[in-house]
Amino acid sequence: MLKAHARDPAALPRLLLTLLAVAVLWPGLQLSELNPGVLWQAENRQQIASFTQAFWPPAHDAAFLQLLYEATLQTLAVATAGMTLALVLAVPASLLASRALSLRAASRGGRAGWWSRVLRLPVRGLLIFLRSVPEIVWALLFVRAVGLGPTAGVLAIAITYSGMLGKVYAEIFESVDQRPAHALLQAGSGRLMAFFYGILPNAVSEVVSYTVYRWECAVRASVVMGFVGAGGLGQQIDLSMRMFAGAEVASMLLTFLLLVSLADLLSRFLRGRLT
Amino acid sequence: MNRAINLLVLGVIIAAVVASFAYLELDLHALVGDGGLGQMGEYAGRFLHPDVTVEHLRAVWHGALETLAMSGLGTLLAVVLGMLLALPAAGRFGWPLQAAARVLLNALRAIPELVWAALTVLAAGLGPNAGTLALALHTAGVLGRLFAEALENAPAEPAAAIRLQGGSQVAAFCFGTLPNLWPQLLAYSLYRWENNIRMASVLGFVGAGGLGQMLYTTLSLFQEAQASTVIIAMLVLVLLVDALSDVLRQRYVRA
Amino acid sequence: MTSAPVAIHLHDASLQHGQVRALDAINLRVEQGERVAIIGPSGAGKSSLLHLMATAIQPSAGRLALFGELPWQLSGRARQRLRARVGLVHQAPPLPPRQRVVTAVLAGRLGQWGIVRGLFNMLYPTDVPGVRQALAELGLADKLFVQCGQLSGGQLQRVGIARVLYQRPDLLLTDEPVSAMDPVLADHSLALLNRHAQANGVTLVASLHAVELALAHFPRVIGIREGQVVFDSPAEAVSPQMLDALYANEHLASPPLQGPAAVLTVQIPRC
Repeated sequence: MLKAHARDPAALPRLLLTLLAVAVLWPGLQLSELNPGVLWQAENRQQIASFTQAFWPPAHDAAFLQLLYEATLQTLAVATAGMTLALVLAVPASLLASRALSLRAASRGGRAGWWSRVLRLPVRGLLIFLRSVPEIVWALLFVRAVGLGPTAGVLAIAITYSGMLGKVYAEIFESVDQRPAHALLQAGSGRLMAFFYGILPNAVSEVVSYTVYRWECAVRASVVMGFVGAGGLGQQIDLSMRMFAGAEVASMLLTFLLLVSLADLLSRFLRGRLT
Repeated sequence: MNRAINLLVLGVIIAAVVASFAYLELDLHALVGDGGLGQMGEYAGRFLHPDVTVEHLRAVWHGALETLAMSGLGTLLAVVLGMLLALPAAGRFGWPLQAAARVLLNALRAIPELVWAALTVLAAGLGPNAGTLALALHTAGVLGRLFAEALENAPAEPAAAIRLQGGSQVAAFCFGTLPNLWPQLLAYSLYRWENNIRMASVLGFVGAGGLGQMLYTTLSLFQEAQASTVIIAMLVLVLLVDALSDVLRQRYVRA
Repeated sequence: MTSAPVAIHLHDASLQHGQVRALDAINLRVEQGERVAIIGPSGAGKSSLLHLMATAIQPSAGRLALFGELPWQLSGRARQRLRARVGLVHQAPPLPPRQRVVTAVLAGRLGQWGIVRGLFNMLYPTDVPGVRQALAELGLADKLFVQCGQLSGGQLQRVGIARVLYQRPDLLLTDEPVSAMDPVLADHSLALLNRHAQANGVTLVASLHAVELALAHFPRVIGIREGQVVFDSPAEAVSPQMLDALYANEHLASPPLQGPAAVLTVQIPRC
C-alpha cells in the first residue's frame, strides 16, 4: 500500500487563507468604520422614521407630475442618445481592436503578427481606460466642462459605454468561428468585406443582445448621473432629497422603479425579436 | 409577417434615437464648434499635471484604502445577508417566507446604490460607514436573487442523503449542497466586487467617504491637479480589483 | 430467544406512486445480525423496498418498525436519531463532485456529531486515520484527498460504501452496491460487507441484480417481483425453478449503469 500523506495537503493553505482573511479584515473594519448599529441608534431611528413617514402619500399634484414626466423623458433621451454616440465610437474601435480582422492571423492559424499587436494594444488599452473610470466621474467632469444639464450625461454615457461596447464587441468577434473570415481574407477580399460576410452573420445576435442589455443599464446610469447635475430624474431626486421633501422623493423612486421595469421588459422584448 | 414586424421595430428604434437628440436640443455642432472643443481641450489640459506631492499622495493613499475597504466589506456583508435571504427566497422555509424574502430582495436591488447612500448618510452620518452600508444593502438584493436561483438549480440528492443518515438540516446543507454551490456563489460575488469598486469611488459624492469624496471636493474647488491624481488612483484600484478577481476566479471557480 | 428487538419489521407495508403500486402488502421480519439479499427483475421494487426500510419514503399503507420503534410516529428529532443507526448505500452515490473523498467519507458520522464538530470537519478533517482505514479495505486509501468528480463510477460506489461503513450503523442497507464494478471487485466488496456485518453484529440487507453473487454471499435470499414477495428462503433452498419463476419474461441484462454525478457548469456573468 502506498504511504499516503499523513496530513491533509489542503490544511496548510486553508489555515494560511484563514489567517490572511483575518489579517485583512481587521484593518478593513477600521478603515470602513463599519457600524451597522448606527441605524438602530435612537436619534437616527427617529430621523429615518420621520423621513420615511413623509413618503406616504407620495406627491401627486398636477404640476409635480408634469415635472416628473418631463424628467423621465429626459432620462430616456439621455440614455438613448448616449448609447447612439457610444455605438458611433465603439464600432470602429472594436474593429480595430479585434484580432478577428488580422491578415496575418488568417494565414498563421489565428496568431497575429507583432506589429498588428502593436496597433491593437493601444486601442484595447484606450477602451479599457474608458470603461474603467466610473461613468459618474466622467459626468462630473463634463458638468464642469459644459455646464449642468443633460448634455453632460449624454457625453459621459457615450464615452464610458463606447469603452464597454467596444471591448465586448471585439471579444464577441474573436469568439465566433474564425474560419469563414480567414477563408475570405486568404482569397483576397478586403478586411471589411471579410468582416461583413464572415464574422457579422454569426456574431450579430450576441452583439444585439448585449447592446440592448447595455441600453437598459444606460437608463439606470443616467438616473444616477443626474445626482451630479446631468439632468433627468436623478437631478430631481437629488434636489428633493436636499429639501427633505419625502413625498416627492417617494413618487420619484416609484417612477424610477417603474422606468427600470419598463426598460427591462422592453429589453427582453427586443432581444427576443431581434435575435 | 415576421419580417414586417422586425422592420417596424427597427423603424421605431431609429425614430426614438432621432427624437432623443431632438428632445434634448443637443446641438453637437455648437458643442464642438465655436471654440467649444477648444474650451473642453483647455479644461482637459489642466488635468495633465497631477499633483504628486507627498501629503497629497498620502491623502490619496488613505482614500484609496478607505474605498477598497468599503467595497470589500460591503460586498462581504452583502454575501452574508444575501445568503441569509436567499435560503427563504428559494423556498427552503415555506411559501409565505419565500414571497416575503423575494419582495425584500427586489426592493433592495431596485434602489440604486447612490440612493441608498443618500439614505444611509442621512441615517448614519457622513463617512465610509454610510458607503459600506449602502453597498451592502443594494448588493445583498442583487446577490440574494442570484444565490436563490443557484440554490433552486442545485441538485437535492446529496443533502437528502445526509438527512437520511441522521444529519441536521445545517449539516445537510453544508456537506450536501454547498460543495456544488460555492464556485457559482464565488463567481457572482467576484463579479459584484468588481462592480462595487467602481461604485465605491462614486458614493463619496454624497458624502460616503473614500476617493469619491476627495474627487468631489477637489473638483468643486477647481483643484484639477489634485483631482487628476485621485482619478488615476481610482483607475489603479479598478484595474487591481479586476486583476485580483480574475486570479481568484481562475483558481477557485474553474475546478 | 433473546429479547433483542427485531431490526426490521414490515407489516402489510405498501407503497403507491400515483397510479403505480410499487410495493404491495409486504410482510417481512429481519432479526438483528441477519444478512439478507433481495433479488428480482428490474422494476420489481427492490430500490423502493430499501428506501422504505431506510425511512426515505413513508409507506402508503401498513407499518414499518425499526429496532422496535415506529419511525413515522416519532418526533422529527427522534427520527433523525433513529436514522443515524441506519446506513443506506445508494445505487448512484450522492457525492458532490467538488467535495474531496475524505470529507465525503467523514460526512458519514454527521448524524452522531454536533453542529460545531460537523462544520469544523468540513474545513479541517479531524479523523484522517479513521477515514483511511475505511477506504483501505476498499482499496482506495490513496484517493483520500482527491475530488469526487475525478473518480470513476466504480470508485465512487466504493466511496459511498466507505462512507456508510464509517458511519458504523446498526443496520446496513445497500442498494445495488456493486452495479458499477467488475466481477472480481464486486465479489471482493460483497465479501468485505459480509465480513464487516458478521464481525460487528450488524444487520445487512442488500439488493442485487447478480443472482450468483447473492447466492454466494448471503445466507437468506428474498425474491421480489412486481412489488410482492415471491419467496423468502435460505440460499441453499433456492432452486432454478424458483429463479425462473422470479425472472420470467425478463431479459437478464445488467441494469443501466449510473455514471458519476452530472458535470457542473458555472455561469460566469459577462460584464
